[in-house]
Amino acid sequence: MPKRLVTVDLEKCVGCGLCVLACSRKFGYAGNDYSGILSVSLSGFERGATVIFCRGCEDPPCVQVCPTGALRKRKGEGVLYKEELCIGCKNCVQACTIGAIFERRDGKIAVCIHCGYCVNFCPHGVLALKEVKA
Amino acid sequence: MRILKVNLSEYSYEIEERDDIEEWIGGAALAVKLMREEIKPNVDPLSEENVVVFAVGPFTPAYPLASKTVAMFKSPLTGNLGESHAGGRTAMAIANAGYRAIVIKGKSHKPVYVVVENDRVYFRDARVIWGIADSLVVARIIAEKEKGRGIRTIMRIGGAGVKLVRYACVTTETYRHFGRLGLGAVFGSKNLRALVVIGRGAFKVKDVKAYKEVYREIYDLALKSDAMKKYHLIGTPVNVKPLNTIKALPTRNLTSTTFEKADEISGEAFAEYNLGRRIACAHCPIACIHVATLRIPYENEPYFYRTIMVSYDYEPIYSLGSMLGVGSREGVLRLIHKVETLGLDAMSTGVCLAWATEAFKRGLIGENETIVKLEFGNVENYLQAMEYLYQQPNDFYRVLAQGVERASEVYGGREFALAFGGNEMPGYHAGYATHIGYLIGLRHSHLDNAGYALDQKIKDYPPPEELVDQLVKEECWRQVLSSLVVCFFARGVYKPEIVSKAFKPLGYELSEEELIRYGEETYREKLRLKVDMGFKKPRIPDRIFETECTHGKLEREYVERALDYWWSKYVR
Ligand code: SF4
Ligand code: SF4
Ligand code: SF4
Ligand code: SF4
Repeated sequence: MPKRLVTVDLEKCVGCGLCVLACSRKFGYAGNDYSGILSVSLSGFERGATVIFCRGCEDPPCVQVCPTGALRKRKGEGVLYKEELCIGCKNCVQACTIGAIFERRDGKIAVCIHCGYCVNFCPHGVLALKEVKA
Repeated sequence: MRILKVNLSEYSYEIEERDDIEEWIGGAALAVKLMREEIKPNVDPLSEENVVVFAVGPFTPAYPLASKTVAMFKSPLTGNLGESHAGGRTAMAIANAGYRAIVIKGKSHKPVYVVVENDRVYFRDARVIWGIADSLVVARIIAEKEKGRGIRTIMRIGGAGVKLVRYACVTTETYRHFGRLGLGAVFGSKNLRALVVIGRGAFKVKDVKAYKEVYREIYDLALKSDAMKKYHLIGTPVNVKPLNTIKALPTRNLTSTTFEKADEISGEAFAEYNLGRRIACAHCPIACIHVATLRIPYENEPYFYRTIMVSYDYEPIYSLGSMLGVGSREGVLRLIHKVETLGLDAMSTGVCLAWATEAFKRGLIGENETIVKLEFGNVENYLQAMEYLYQQPNDFYRVLAQGVERASEVYGGREFALAFGGNEMPGYHAGYATHIGYLIGLRHSHLDNAGYALDQKIKDYPPPEELVDQLVKEECWRQVLSSLVVCFFARGVYKPEIVSKAFKPLGYELSEEELIRYGEETYREKLRLKVDMGFKKPRIPDRIFETECTHGKLEREYVERALDYWWSKYVR
């Protein structure tokens, strides 16, 4: 069964961004440019922190607006991203209501593909991979 | 490495590729190098000619806990080199924006704040927000107006910086500070309300496989290390109780080293009754930032409450708690909140007010000067006095806003003015190494060489010369850590061997010996810059010989011998 990245207990998120760094590191990069997840404070850290990433829409608006087929519906929930097809139009960035698609410096995009790499680097057990229907 | 230089006088900027200074690594070493290039040593710290450098390290986006930013400037508090370190998201944002360092020069004609967004720099009008005293409000306004949520840092000053209090800090991400030595006043003098850095970026490492392995190793070490567990659970205030037990907790302007209410304001008590949440600096798995929830009722309006979130650490608990004789957690939290909103350095503020309280008691100053009656333990009056430090309604507060060294020059009470090299005392009175450490530390900070920790291990003191050499050796290694901008709490993780190993996948070869040599060089260069800025042998406050510490009463002769030795061997 395919899996999807989910949060187990968002209240425990400390805003460390280790998940963000893990996501780019997966591709051999140090930094945040290739990350499909974002760690934010809730209008200032006095209100705590949270993470933003793709929630695996059943009917994904991002796929619908992608003119080149770079974004496709994945088996299960979420999307697949074929970078070489992406023309960097950013339609998808606009279409995702929760802002889970990020603009890279090279003009292309970064989106969570639910691989689960970051789960092992969240020190506070906020993230997990969950099995979903294909 | 890329360096961004922003000129506030001309509203211009340039980005320099500096491969020629690669061996200056980053952080403290790089900052010293850039200061040397950019600043004339004799400039007035509050003039247009002062320069501010923010530097991060080669590990910053690559490995966990390389999460500090080193700020260097000429300090308006000491008139000498100023250096202060902060966490938050600053280092991450600067590194991801593509820079190893940002240099701020000149002075804006009118209030501005500056936004760095990767390769672009924007100058924004800050006249509307210039008069807002509360640093939290300023940050929120800027946060709502600017983009970059999650990938930015907002370094800003509170009212104290605007009013040039010489120990005003620069605050980042609500709760972290470039606290010591008055960077906030330097911002204020440049008409700079805030520096926002938005960074999205990454670099490809040389050896991906090895990189992931070393990363994992460091990550596991950090999570398993006992040293870090201490900060994880209770946070830095875990120190309150043990320091009190060993007679090292400065209390009521260091007239005592035990505080009868230490248990009340201990890390354990804060954790049990007040801890509301924990947060982390970017790329830190530990999350040592402990935030308390404080509910304050309105006296005349039933069922109206103000709930504030206050971050607490050992240092403010010492300086605004025991040092001021404040033994209630609520009182301590309200005082911390006040310095937080005004953007004052907690330690300097506490020590200044502690001195003022004693001077008041002794009749050196009266209500003509202080306006409110200062007495140990009186929270309301201290809150009011802090407001006056910001507003500076009379000569006394104008002078006190220049630090305790200056205030005691004008009003007397030198013997109990607890400053070292012009910098107000940190929260330890543990023995010789503590105080010699403050005196010879290049930032006059307890973290320079950790003398306070040495005192807690030592049984019999070696000759002072030996102690000095030992402290300098530690400080040299810490130059390496602060050049890599590794959080000092992670020093147990980043041993020389690991550091050298971590460099490899990034494409650098640096042996342990080389690292140590770099540390020594940085130390020498920093000291040279201090001397060129007019560094004078620091005064030793009498009070430290009067009050018993862990090792009983200290002898002046030992400390003087140590200082003389250091001066002749290292400075001259
Ligand atoms: S990126 Fe946004 S729109 Fe696309 S599937 Fe994920 S949540 Fe839905
Ligand atoms: S930016 Fe790329 S992935 Fe997004 S809609 Fe345009 S082509 Fe598709
Ligand atoms: S699951 Fe994979 S793609 Fe998604 S955020 Fe984590 S590491 Fe990135
Ligand atoms: S690693 Fe975990 S705690 Fe840290 S920001 Fe990501 S989700 Fe939050």
